[in-house]
Amino acid sequence: MRGFLSWSVLSGILNTMVGLATPFLYAALGETFAQTAGVVNLGVDGVMLLSAFAAFYVALSSGSLWLGLLAAALVGLAMGLLMSLVSVTLKAEQGVSGIGLYMFGLGMSSLLFKVLIGTVKTVVGFKPVSIPMLSRIPFAGPILFHNDVLTYGAFLLVPVAWWVLEKTTLGLKLKAVGQNPAAADSVGIGVGRIRYVAVCIGAVLAGVAGASLSIAQLDLFQDNLTAGQGFIAVALVYFGGWRPIGVLAGALLFSVANSFQLWIQVLGVKVPSSVAVMLPYLLTILALTVTANRARQPAALNKPFERGES
Amino acid sequence: MRVKSILIAAALAAAIVAQAVAAPVRIAVVMPSATTDAAFSQSMWQALQAIQKEMGGASAIELKYTENMFNVPDAAAAIRDYASSGFDIVIAHGSQYGSSVQEIAPDFPKVTFAWGTDVDTFGLPNVYAYTAAAEQGGYVNGVLAAKLTKTKKIGVTGPLEVGDAKTYIDGFVQGVQSVDPAITVSKTWTGSFSDVALMAAAAKTHIANGADALTGSSQSVVGSIGAAKDAGGVLWFGTQADQASLAPSLVVASQVYDWTSMLKDILAKRKAGVLGGVVYTLTLDNGGLKVAYNPGFKLPESIKKAGLDAAQGISKGAIKVTP
Repeated sequence: MRGFLSWSVLSGILNTMVGLATPFLYAALGETFAQTAGVVNLGVDGVMLLSAFAAFYVALSSGSLWLGLLAAALVGLAMGLLMSLVSVTLKAEQGVSGIGLYMFGLGMSSLLFKVLIGTVKTVVGFKPVSIPMLSRIPFAGPILFHNDVLTYGAFLLVPVAWWVLEKTTLGLKLKAVGQNPAAADSVGIGVGRIRYVAVCIGAVLAGVAGASLSIAQLDLFQDNLTAGQGFIAVALVYFGGWRPIGVLAGALLFSVANSFQLWIQVLGVKVPSSVAVMLPYLLTILALTVTANRARQPAALNKPFERGES
Repeated sequence: MRVKSILIAAALAAAIVAQAVAAPVRIAVVMPSATTDAAFSQSMWQALQAIQKEMGGASAIELKYTENMFNVPDAAAAIRDYASSGFDIVIAHGSQYGSSVQEIAPDFPKVTFAWGTDVDTFGLPNVYAYTAAAEQGGYVNGVLAAKLTKTKKIGVTGPLEVGDAKTYIDGFVQGVQSVDPAITVSKTWTGSFSDVALMAAAAKTHIANGADALTGSSQSVVGSIGAAKDAGGVLWFGTQADQASLAPSLVVASQVYDWTSMLKDILAKRKAGVLGGVVYTLTLDNGGLKVAYNPGFKLPESIKKAGLDAAQGISKGAIKVTP
């Protein structure tokens, strides 16, 4: 354990944590919007996959990472509209339609990858950008202020999401629709419309999460690239108690635990690798159990709105 | 009238014989990852395509595949479907498919099954098993890595401590230590064959700890290779398939699984009426394992010679590598 006492190891752990947390932040903050309005989208992972592919393919063929990012956001938007159509307009059971969306994203990204690209290729993704002055702060500077643009975006999104949810009319409407859609409806808030907006914001952000993997962190696409990260993002929303700051805490905890277990292995600490890889999940479950706060759960979560029913 | 009947019968018989001669051998393969994974599944698919081309194309060998069968019950269903729909040879390309093959093969005694990596044919006459002595190429890569590292730190990014993922790394460590026992080889296991992001994070962790040479196995190592590229100057040693195209300036060499000789032998044996019962092991000596040196990487001749000498030593039995 002696190796863990060094600053360089601590810095390494935190550096890896920041990178690992990025896709979780986009996806989980996006899902926070959807769930605040009462819609659970279990298809986040599928949105991430198809968007990750779109970002990669467009970046590969056009040479523009920004076009790739735009493509990812548009694919996210399209999948958000599809999810909204099925779960809001057609009032299908949200869990089942979300799983359907996931499977569609998984299968379609795999098919398109095979047809359009064929084998693993790489792009030159977004490179880290140092923020002048700040990146020179000892210890914290390189961790916080030497990252790629999508990582900065993910962390900036936390206060932005808080501001939108807590300080804007849209935020109020999202909460009203998620807590008591009948009451919201009675005062003239279009429940369906607000839920469409919420699900689409969530899906666009899930799309950016996918892009952050394929054109910023890994610079490649492969079948099932996300390996279930979208599902962890959904869990992080519950973990965070539907608050952006809570989601940030959850994403950082899960990521730092993962980073920590990798360092345990690299430094040769005598812990079986199977135990080490379990660590992030064990910690998250433990924290979830200890901090469980159902009081904040949107009352109409998972319930399709039918005018005249309450 | 009688002559006419004989002529018709002869024509029919000739047509049947012609059809039998022309009928292609039907081979299906079920794989845990994609045919494009730059690793385990791709090595088998490329070998199948190579023998198809060599033996006369689709008219001689019909190929079908089912990929991304991480889920074993799904894979078992695919294996059974192929066997029941008239395929001659069904390849279950994953060590997790053993129990499925053991259960299904007795129901289709005329179908040849091949599976791996493992060495167990379950005593069934229609099952072949195959494995790769991955530790051998691992040793050669280890020798090369030990001679090239400047920081004397090497990182290994593995998926799970099982099968050829483990034996490759066992050999790699022995190869490193044969050159310089003082070199530190750190190992990480992500617990997943497919988690590319975690594999990339593992590679970054090794690099942050000072490693300047990395290796690892599974389809998720593309994440490690990407991390090596980002870091710049960190070398990569591949296994299962030639990974040079993923980072032409960083990949020094790759151990390549070449299943073609094995597949040809299975075809020949089947033609001779032997439907199974043999265990194949790919080795450097029998040509099933090859070390592909990346022509894009400027490897000093003396170091390449050390790699070639190690491979020869293993082939001749002078160097013993234990998995």
